[in-house]
Amino acid sequence: MVEIEIDGKTLQVADGSTIIEAAHQLGVYIPHFCYHKKLSIAANCRMCLVQVEKAPKPMPACATPVTNGMKVFTHSELAVKAQKAVMEFLLINHPLDCPICDQGGECQLQDLAVGYGESASKYEEEKRVVPDKNLGPLVSTDMTRCINCTRCIRFTAEIAGFMELGQAFRGEHAEVMPFIGKTVDTELSGNLIDLCPVGALTSKPFRFSARTWELSRRKSVSPHDGLGSNLIVQTKHDRVIRVLPLENEDINECWLTDKERFSYQGLNSAERLTRPMVKQGGAWKEVDWNVALDYASHALRDVAKTHGGGAIGGLLSPHSTLEELYLAQKLLRGLGSENIDCRLRQSDFSADGKRKGTPWLGMKIADVSRLDRVLLVGSFLRKDQPLLAQRLRQSAKRGAQISVLHSADDDLLIKLTARAIASPSQLPAVLAQIVKAVCALKGVTADPALAGLTVSAEAQAIAQSLASGGTSGILLGNFAQQHAQAATLHSLGRQLASALGGGFGFLGEAANSVGGYVAKAVPTGAGLNAAAMIQSPRQAYVVLGAEPELDCADGAKALESLSKAAAVVVLTPFKSQTMLDYAAVLLPVSPFSETSGTFVNTEGRVQSFYAAAKPLGETRPAWKVLRVLGNLLGVTGFDFNSSEEVRTEALGGQPEFVSGLDNAIDSGALNLTASATGFERVADVPIHFADPLVRRAPALQQARDSAAPAARMNASMLAKLGLVEGGSVRVGGAAAVTLAAQLDTALPDGVVRVAAAHSATVALGAMAGVVSVEKA
Amino acid sequence: MNNQYDMLSPEALAKIDREVAKYPADQKQSAVMAALVIAQDEKGWLSQETIAAVAAYLGMAPVAAYEVASFYNMYDLQPVGKYKLTVCTNLPCALSGGVHAADYVKEKLGIDFNETTADGKFTLKEGECMGACGDAPVMLVNNKRMCSFMLPEQIDKLLAECK
Repeated sequence: MVEIEIDGKTLQVADGSTIIEAAHQLGVYIPHFCYHKKLSIAANCRMCLVQVEKAPKPMPACATPVTNGMKVFTHSELAVKAQKAVMEFLLINHPLDCPICDQGGECQLQDLAVGYGESASKYEEEKRVVPDKNLGPLVSTDMTRCINCTRCIRFTAEIAGFMELGQAFRGEHAEVMPFIGKTVDTELSGNLIDLCPVGALTSKPFRFSARTWELSRRKSVSPHDGLGSNLIVQTKHDRVIRVLPLENEDINECWLTDKERFSYQGLNSAERLTRPMVKQGGAWKEVDWNVALDYASHALRDVAKTHGGGAIGGLLSPHSTLEELYLAQKLLRGLGSENIDCRLRQSDFSADGKRKGTPWLGMKIADVSRLDRVLLVGSFLRKDQPLLAQRLRQSAKRGAQISVLHSADDDLLIKLTARAIASPSQLPAVLAQIVKAVCALKGVTADPALAGLTVSAEAQAIAQSLASGGTSGILLGNFAQQHAQAATLHSLGRQLASALGGGFGFLGEAANSVGGYVAKAVPTGAGLNAAAMIQSPRQAYVVLGAEPELDCADGAKALESLSKAAAVVVLTPFKSQTMLDYAAVLLPVSPFSETSGTFVNTEGRVQSFYAAAKPLGETRPAWKVLRVLGNLLGVTGFDFNSSEEVRTEALGGQPEFVSGLDNAIDSGALNLTASATGFERVADVPIHFADPLVRRAPALQQARDSAAPAARMNASMLAKLGLVEGGSVRVGGAAAVTLAAQLDTALPDGVVRVAAAHSATVALGAMAGVVSVEKA
Repeated sequence: MNNQYDMLSPEALAKIDREVAKYPADQKQSAVMAALVIAQDEKGWLSQETIAAVAAYLGMAPVAAYEVASFYNMYDLQPVGKYKLTVCTNLPCALSGGVHAADYVKEKLGIDFNETTADGKFTLKEGECMGACGDAPVMLVNNKRMCSFMLPEQIDKLLAECK
């Protein structure tokens, strides 16, 4: 620690801190543009010049390390003169277009110009004009406004992992641009908008729609991936028109993924269901709530009476709130049904009944950043949990060793130490090899089932990295959880973690993947799980917030079962043609922005939020709809007056973290036999197709990540089938679909990668399994 | 499989390898300036594809290579004539007749700065200080040959040499 004095106040700061960090500690504001606490230091804007005693000239506070006894003056005559001079230079080329600039009112340059700018400029020559760039559908540019702070460039290189922006040309002609003809395609691109201290980079979907002071704002929580990023939802006239990150160092830091930032467009989609609808005599009619609720409760009661409660199945979206899931399961159990599940994309449920508790991340999100050795098993991490990928990217830079075991080798933009890429059916065997190798290295007795295995070179390399010290973590991604032998991967992962003495966890797929277990939205006893409910069709279904054809592991089968059912009651914010085909009644319920509720994120953190806007049309919060349904059906214990009461009942109080989190499992004998003949399907869930809300966000749907699914294979598989890239290929599952062939050198042999959750590939059926592939 | 840098000849890649060898193995991109020179020597100018190829070979982002290529005016981002003449017009040269030298070349060739003669022989560029102010006015031919004291007489001689 060193002692320094800033503006006459002394304080202790850590060695190696900079003046600006010390000043922030003290609450002293030093004007700045290029400095950002999460980015490297550039010191190129010079706005943070301060006076340092004994220094002959002003020093940049962001780049000057503190020394013992240093005296800093941030508002002395010298400092202010320097800052004003810098401001004069910055304004020379900056256009005076604040009245038409989207940044107006929340612009650092505008704010600081008030404090440090002169009322008139001495500069009379021509101002420079910089051509705008096309950065894609999300970020809009007005490059003439750019002050060349290079925050955006440093963000792409350091946080997003690939330098997509650079500063081309020199001196007065310097301009920030992507490589010729390229766009910024990172899944974190929206953060550029927040980082830009001027109006050079603004939000394309939000462009020209409102001024910051016209917006009302509410804190909220992201309904997408398992992290539960904190949001500020901004509304104008009760319409959500912008979403910004709410800084939370333990979860999303100061970032948001594009999905979280721009999915709000889906809230204003034309496909929003605004009035209850019932199907009468094959025709859809918009009706009043009481008619629709009567209709729904009669339908469910009839089925329960004639066929028993077990004839009803509940398919609940894991993106629903805790309160909704809790009431939905309570309602279904009240009707005598145990067929309740929110794990819609899971295909192996053999761990049910063997788990000791709720599967979770196994550690705090912030602790992921502290791991020294990480093995990612079956994870499209960059697209599934982009902000966790960001954390690991930073870890790798400080020396953490990250390894991957997966069926695809997408570039995570993380420096990997070792990797093993195997077809889905081989994943358990390779993981077992890693366990065996680690046990040998650590001198631990391995599971006898592993005795006959030969350890491959890749598995050995991963094992050596894991066993080489530090705290380790084994993380199972979405793909591993959706895998046909998910339970085997689970027990092997646990064995590996215990041999290493490290952490083990699941990366939460959806906002309430953990919350679903806490809300008991999973079957118990003889109840049917999500897959079984679809495999053996029910008489009636209650669907909450999901589009089963896109959100279930086997969309084709789900659609078939729903179509055969006598009554399907759908609680949904959106309507689709498919829904109109299979449903009997559609109840318009609020998306996350129009209801109060709670998400339990992947680390078990309970995060509640309030509605940010009034429900659209006759939409009502789902917890209220379920409550009324409960009353109508005469289920006891449905006298809730607020979502908080539901939460208290579901959680047994108001904990910060839920209890009962435990990844332990009674594994029993391991089954490592792999049998797959023909092409195995590797199905990823594309980032912008993962849930009904994001599927309806038009700007995101134009992003590069939303390209139409292709049949991706490696070069030798393409050659074997006589295919060329771009040629047509017929992929046959439950039914056949024709897709474009695409080369993906990172895939193993015997594998075809076809994205799920997309209308073009629904007909294929199961996400996991064998498909036929032939030239079309 | 086709690599992105297949467009560069094996000889050029071998030359780049020599440059790469001068730096630590994990800092290949340190050789970017030399690699761009080698690529430009082979291709005549640096197209977007050439820059991307160099970047791919050095394992760096294409825009990072473009930053370098666009910074220095010895890298040509557009095709140039057979002889690229760069005239320094910075202060010491300007005081010793650099501007006149440029005007003389313009008149002789009938082109302005950043233009190429119709026969594709000459391209004229305005240059920054070449570090030889004592020899002002100076000119550079094809980025590598420095010509000192470029008064009209010398310029005539130079143009006559360039065939």
